[in-house]
Amino acid sequence: MARLFDIRILTIAGSLLCLILGLAFPWSKTPIIVGLCFGIATLGVAAMVRAGQVSFGHAMYACIAGYTVAFLARAWPQLDGLLLILAGVGASLFAGAIVGVFVVRYRGIFFGMLNLAISMVLYSVIGKFYAITGGTDGLRINRPTLLGIEFERAGFETVLLVGTLLAAIGLGILVQRYFQSASGEALAGIKTNETRLEYLGLSARRVLWDGYLFSAGLVGLSGALFALVQGLVTPDIGSWLRSGEFVFIAILGGSGHAIGAFLGAAVFELVKLFAAAYMTGIWQMLLGITLIVVILVAPEGIVGLLMKKSALATPRRKSPWGTRREENKWTP
Amino acid sequence: MDALIRTEGLSLSFGGVVAADNIDFRLDVGERLAVIGQNGAGKTTFINICTGFLKPTRGRVWFDGKDVTGMEPRHIVRFGLGRSFQLPQLFLDHTVRQCLEISAAARQGRLSFFKPLAQSVNRREIEHTLELVSLRERGSELASSLPEGQRKLLDVAMALMLNPKLLIMDEPTSGVASEDKHDLMATLMRALDERKVTSWFVEHDVDIVSRYATRVAAWIAGKVAADGPPAEVLASAAVRREILGTA
Repeated sequence: MARLFDIRILTIAGSLLCLILGLAFPWSKTPIIVGLCFGIATLGVAAMVRAGQVSFGHAMYACIAGYTVAFLARAWPQLDGLLLILAGVGASLFAGAIVGVFVVRYRGIFFGMLNLAISMVLYSVIGKFYAITGGTDGLRINRPTLLGIEFERAGFETVLLVGTLLAAIGLGILVQRYFQSASGEALAGIKTNETRLEYLGLSARRVLWDGYLFSAGLVGLSGALFALVQGLVTPDIGSWLRSGEFVFIAILGGSGHAIGAFLGAAVFELVKLFAAAYMTGIWQMLLGITLIVVILVAPEGIVGLLMKKSALATPRRKSPWGTRREENKWTP
Repeated sequence: MDALIRTEGLSLSFGGVVAADNIDFRLDVGERLAVIGQNGAGKTTFINICTGFLKPTRGRVWFDGKDVTGMEPRHIVRFGLGRSFQLPQLFLDHTVRQCLEISAAARQGRLSFFKPLAQSVNRREIEHTLELVSLRERGSELASSLPEGQRKLLDVAMALMLNPKLLIMDEPTSGVASEDKHDLMATLMRALDERKVTSWFVEHDVDIVSRYATRVAAWIAGKVAADGPPAEVLASAAVRREILGTA
């Protein structure tokens, strides 16, 4: 219980920090919302990591949701922001359900590359169809009403900040519940032993598909929020670089607990902001070094390190990256 | 007696190698079968075909009156066929208790998304099974921390959690120190007896075979060369020459 308590304090402290910073320094609202969006998307990617699968194409779901928001908001400007977000999530779930049927047949590098390939097709289609998608210039989204209320820019951002924060906390709890449910533990079983899953009467593909759908919805939500806060969607929202950033944050934060996604996103955003301000020329190098340090010092990510340090961690997965499938591998 | 599992003309070849050669076989409820044979005789292949992991080139398999030929393992398992492996198939990143909990949840069918795993299964049943296979003290440890003998026990226990009608164990004592083999078998048999599970195990140790089996089947080159009461089969000339190497 003490460990859970720590995470609660961490969550409350983090949330307060987001609110206070956002209200005290209005310029920081957007980066905070963006950071939270990254955290929500990474929750989805981390679910795949628990199954031992790394997707290099998950940003496509943010892209699908983002463009759904843009298309709808341009076609029906009177649509409420909340409806736009729901529609975006719905679209990403729909796409995830279909793409999932194909990708859950593959594992490891094939799973990762197939996701990447599909996301790149989407990226170039959106980039080329200028008449419909605005090409690489993207589409502008006018500020919609939120729950029927019209806001000025500052108010809109504040509401979005609070809403995103609440969504992040709620989803963090939801995802953590999922991780510890029968379905979530079976998902982690895909990493270590699919043969056993099948011999328990479970379909490993179905278990992975459930998780995939979950992750597509989460990334979709982040994309919808992202589109609203920026007031603009461009194909970059679904680029492979963005997918890579989600994976980067998942490694940085660790997948041992849902809060890892947000800790990772916070560090990622801070390093980016710091580097943009003080080391403009070498910000990628700074991110790279951060990742190297994390992999060497804390292979289970920030959350793994915290759990180990609190010494209250229940025995859990060792490294989410060091696969131990081989020693368990069975061939007829 | 009802045939729990029955095969007719079951055949499978890998290229030129005949791994199963026209096998007609049946196992009745309540039997305790030991399968013996040299490495490569086709014992595991036969298990793999019966449990759906491999598809036969010819022949049919019935389990509990249903034709299961060509079905996936997960479907056959649902009819009541449990299996353990020569190389234990565990969830190495989960604790011993969680491994059993996942099995118990799988037996119930639809997996919950929100209810914590430990709460969606019968806790007393889990503890009882842990006790039965002498793993209670290690319940909270990672499965990967167990020594080979206990891994074998956990592997069997995971199959047992499904409440199978038949449990097939592929070499439950291989990789276990010889002085521990009898303890392990006694533990397993106690667990099987308690649940009245029909069993079939592959075994190389003649001592164990004659002590725990009610029937022995000897595999030679993809065929059942001898099948019957242990004393009879172990004394037959072909088995002594080809498998035991004592003639």
